Amino acid sequence: MFDHVNIKVAGFGGQGVMMFGQLIAYSAAYEELFGLWFPSYGPETRGGTANCSVIVSKKQINSPVFQSANHLIAFNLPSLQKFHDKMKDGGLILYNSSLIKDQVTSDKAICIGIPINDIATDLGSIQVSNIVMMGAYLELTNLFVESTIEKVLIKYLGEKKAHMLDINMEALRKGREYVLEAGVTYA
Amino acid sequence: MAKVLMKGNEAIAVAALKGGVDAFFGYPITPQNEIPEYLSKHLLAAGKVFVQAESEVAAINMVYGAAGAGARVMTSSSSPGIALKQEGISYIAGAELPCVIVSVMRGGPGLGGIQPSQADYYQATRGGGNGDYQLIVYAPETIQETIDIMKESFDIADYYRNPVLVLVDGLIGQMMETVDFEKPVKKRFIPAKDYATTGTANHPGRNIVNSLFLDPVELEQHNLQLQKKYQQIKNNETKYEMINMENPEYVIVAYGTMSRICRSAIESLKEEGIEVGMIRPISLWPYPKAAFNEIPSGVKGILCAEMSMGQMLDDVMISDKGRHEIGFYGRVGGMVPEPEEIVDAIKNFKDKVVK
Repeated sequence: MFDHVNIKVAGFGGQGVMMFGQLIAYSAAYEELFGLWFPSYGPETRGGTANCSVIVSKKQINSPVFQSANHLIAFNLPSLQKFHDKMKDGGLILYNSSLIKDQVTSDKAICIGIPINDIATDLGSIQVSNIVMMGAYLELTNLFVESTIEKVLIKYLGEKKAHMLDINMEALRKGREYVLEAGVTYA
Repeated sequence: MAKVLMKGNEAIAVAALKGGVDAFFGYPITPQNEIPEYLSKHLLAAGKVFVQAESEVAAINMVYGAAGAGARVMTSSSSPGIALKQEGISYIAGAELPCVIVSVMRGGPGLGGIQPSQADYYQATRGGGNGDYQLIVYAPETIQETIDIMKESFDIADYYRNPVLVLVDGLIGQMMETVDFEKPVKKRFIPAKDYATTGTANHPGRNIVNSLFLDPVELEQHNLQLQKKYQQIKNNETKYEMINMENPEYVIVAYGTMSRICRSAIESLKEEGIEVGMIRPISLWPYPKAAFNEIPSGVKGILCAEMSMGQMLDDVMISDKGRHEIGFYGRVGGMVPEPEEIVDAIKNFKDKVVK
């Protein structure tokens, strides 16, 4: 289990980067942990990349900003390149291997590629690729109780997007399955 | 306890509703727009007043009017917008009316930028309005503390008949954090608003709300009365926190987001065997001068850290009375420092000393 994790989520605008980060922070609130999310809305967002920082902690969170992350979720190559070297020892780099074709390596982190675009397209909607990533991420880290994310997603989608619930749940399951079938682990 | 995840600006709006706000008047500006956005929906739904005015000047004068009529009233803005409100703020303080003003700081001067900053310390504590007036200024460090202070601010404003300014940087406004709205706040006795211009049905004669005193004798008396009140506020409402002050080598002074960054730096330094304490002012006016008397002996220096070029630094120097060497570390323009920068500043304290 963890006491405190710094998570950087990065990708193109439209890939569901901000939603991914918020779902983690909402899950922290659901489990009565401390959670913090903030978007990068500075000049660095120019050029098409979006990123957000998330902190989940068992105790009161001090600095909202951090230099290095425990977990990096990279949805595209520019994001991976930008944050690849800003990792803590024993970290996890989870990347979108549908867009990043070369095997990623790091001295500091375990690197795992998930073909989220392909999995989501097979499901019938590229839109849920971020949720495929979420399934894989939670399967690897066990950050929260398994049912938490489902409850958070139901609330996040609300009545307006309730018709999207089934495909999101399926995406979560596919992400988890991919990790289990690939036999990859992250302690 | 039930935690919810909420954006700082939205949390400010919810806390204002819980604090009993009757009316909001404002004009849009980034990075605080979620405050009026939220209140526009929920104040009107509750049958209360929300007006998007034609300008900041109009908004603050609407606040003046509604406060004069006895309402619990607030406005919110960001740096250049707060600059425009200064005349009205001085009038409200002069007329001894309560209101809550939220200032979500962005980089300056001028239009500056839209990223987080703490460069409006002077604006908040020294003011841009005329005359010998003071605002009660609170600078919370987390969204939770912002909520607690917002809920209490309406009572404090009513009790002293004085504007309260809640000062946060754009990061607190824009980030989301887990918060608990049910944390209880101190209950205060609020005297009846017998000054309010609510008609003559319940009292003889007219109530007149004004900041004009053409007779110098009368105006001096008014000022002396205000000073008496400000002294009472200094005695009762000064808030600060002392952190890791048992046996520190250095002491940091920081507020708001910067104090959280410094907390992380203090933890890192502790792991390296360097003990650093912190004075965290929560009220910027009244400034916690007395905290500096509690600094233990043997401290090598004080580092003032701000997201400005050094504004609170003046109050640190005034409060320390020349007892220590004082260093400064600041970032501006929307740049938010990482804890490692504060660690470096402490390790290279000699280079940071203010000559």
